[in-house]
Amino acid sequence: MTRTVLVTGVSRYLGGQMASRLAADPDVDAVIGVDVVAPPEPIEGIEFVRADIRNPIIAKVMGEASVDTVVHMGVIATQKQAGGRSTMKEINVIGTMQLLAACQRTPSVRSLVVKSTASVYGCGPKDPARFTEDMEPWHAPSSGWAKDSVEVEAYVRGFGRRRPDVTVTTLRFANVVGPRVQTSLTAYFRLPVVPTVLGYDPRLTFVHEEDLLGAVHHAVGRPRQGTFNVSGDGVLTLSQALRRARKAWVAVPSPLFGPVGRTLSPAGLADFSSEAVRYLTYGRGLDTSAMRAVLGYEPQFTSAEAFDGLRHAGRPAGVVDA
Amino acid sequence: MPDTRPEDASNALSPSKAARLVGNTGPQPVRPAAVPARPDPRRLAAVSDDVGVLVDAGLESAEDESLLEFVRRRLTGDYAVDDFGFDPELTDRVLLAALRPLYRSWFRVEVTGLENVPSDAAALVVANHSGVIAIDAMMTQVALHDEHPAHRHLRMLGANLVFSTPFLGEAARKAGHTLACHPDAERLLGAGEVVGVWPEGFKGVGKPFSQRYKLQRFGRGGFVAAALRTGAPIVPTAIVGAEEIYPMVGNAKTVARILGLPYFPITPLFPWLGPLGMVPLPSKWLIHFGEPIPTDGFPEGAADDPMVVFNLTDQVREQIQHSLYRLLVKRPSAFG
Repeated sequence: MTRTVLVTGVSRYLGGQMASRLAADPDVDAVIGVDVVAPPEPIEGIEFVRADIRNPIIAKVMGEASVDTVVHMGVIATQKQAGGRSTMKEINVIGTMQLLAACQRTPSVRSLVVKSTASVYGCGPKDPARFTEDMEPWHAPSSGWAKDSVEVEAYVRGFGRRRPDVTVTTLRFANVVGPRVQTSLTAYFRLPVVPTVLGYDPRLTFVHEEDLLGAVHHAVGRPRQGTFNVSGDGVLTLSQALRRARKAWVAVPSPLFGPVGRTLSPAGLADFSSEAVRYLTYGRGLDTSAMRAVLGYEPQFTSAEAFDGLRHAGRPAGVVDA
Repeated sequence: MPDTRPEDASNALSPSKAARLVGNTGPQPVRPAAVPARPDPRRLAAVSDDVGVLVDAGLESAEDESLLEFVRRRLTGDYAVDDFGFDPELTDRVLLAALRPLYRSWFRVEVTGLENVPSDAAALVVANHSGVIAIDAMMTQVALHDEHPAHRHLRMLGANLVFSTPFLGEAARKAGHTLACHPDAERLLGAGEVVGVWPEGFKGVGKPFSQRYKLQRFGRGGFVAAALRTGAPIVPTAIVGAEEIYPMVGNAKTVARILGLPYFPITPLFPWLGPLGMVPLPSKWLIHFGEPIPTDGFPEGAADDPMVVFNLTDQVREQIQHSLYRLLVKRPSAFG
């Protein structure tokens, strides 16, 4: 069977890496990369289509190439990168709706893999120690990327109901770290002095960028219906992570945490929105038994190993991604 | 700052501690023979903060090295924390060490029935709750860790007020406790841990002194359902002594409402004497771990049968109330 994979969001780091990884896979015949802007440097072995997934062009592209697998990595995590919150929301939510509408119209589509985030669980004091995929969030996210992701997942579920013949795999990733990837959290850990919330020590879980790509790749090759948490094993507390990274930190009372953080991060790369503050106050743990038992993916890095990869990395000049 | 002067053999290095000392010393030369299975020498430990910087005076070199090693590990983040945020090393060496003087010298806790707590399997310790703040729970944790032959860590299930309070929530997680909810209770029991619950909750700790040693209502019996689902035995536990540490003669409800607390205690000394009124009275404590109630003989789905759950809850409550009376008779006087 010829396999044609369409990847969205290829102009950002993880999407681009994913596209070239799939292009190198002998089981995949063709990779079509889609994004609003061209990638910073051309990705070898893929056909790039500059298309805004917010408009219906995407359906035409998919139909002509008879795409059978769609990898949706086009949900943007940082406002800064999208150029404002309203653009970000439009790309994330309207873009996903258009993409799903195109998938629905394309009979050749057999599987859909969506990169989502564990931040859909929200975070707060009433959370269980580890979230399983079927748990309802106690403190549902109310803003930003996390809320977009909740909506994206809802549309993906709706698509799954309308096209029961398509295998839909939703992957909820822990915070991605690694030597090259740049997110608002890696920017946070690269601040000269890292602010923490006084009196709280959140539990953090991480997934290494290789494992993120590996899990998506695994799901493309072996699609499994369902939603899966993907994270390295174990947790690090924030204070422990900072000690491992040999970082100086300052504990700030929670009302002042946001303002102090924004002062320390003048470029605004680190995120101090209410959702991020909640995460850095309470943290979150993930149950990954379904990832192993059903999806069949085994991560190479534990949370601690993934995080230590960040310490050894320099400061890459690449764009912020997530 | 508390001085720790562990004096008896029960404070000997636990097997796990010894293993860690031997196995986890990193690049430094390991000193076998001298370290394991030797009672802790007397030491003066001043706990300065959660980093656990210990200032030691006059120690043998082996102990000195392990202490340096400990400080090094703490400062470089080279220690393991479980999924609940439990930090066993910090708990053993700092948090419990801070409670020991209270346990040994102030309350002079006497423990019986430790054989009813399994050494290598899950169990659910259910106890009465009293004394305004949950000192009784902390003393039970010290008792199980220091006096039980397997040095078991008690993993308690706490109210969400604990985890939303700064410092308290952080310390509770590091000491191994987690939110009282079904998924966490079952996860801990499933992993073979000893889990502690205080089903009276705030009704127990915040009850007036006149109600002392009268068990309050036992919540909704959620703990019984968790035990039934995992087949862990329930160990009904009675704690005598905590009622007298802060005799609560009144409850300033308005103040409590303003502060967002479930109650605001008024005792003969608090708030009149300020911080001095917060010193607990040195009552004499007895803790008894009772005969375990097995939960594995029930048919499938018993956890969802309210009748089974209510009956078991009642049985546990009765048993605790009876051992409370027995212990009270045994105790010569409240401060004896």
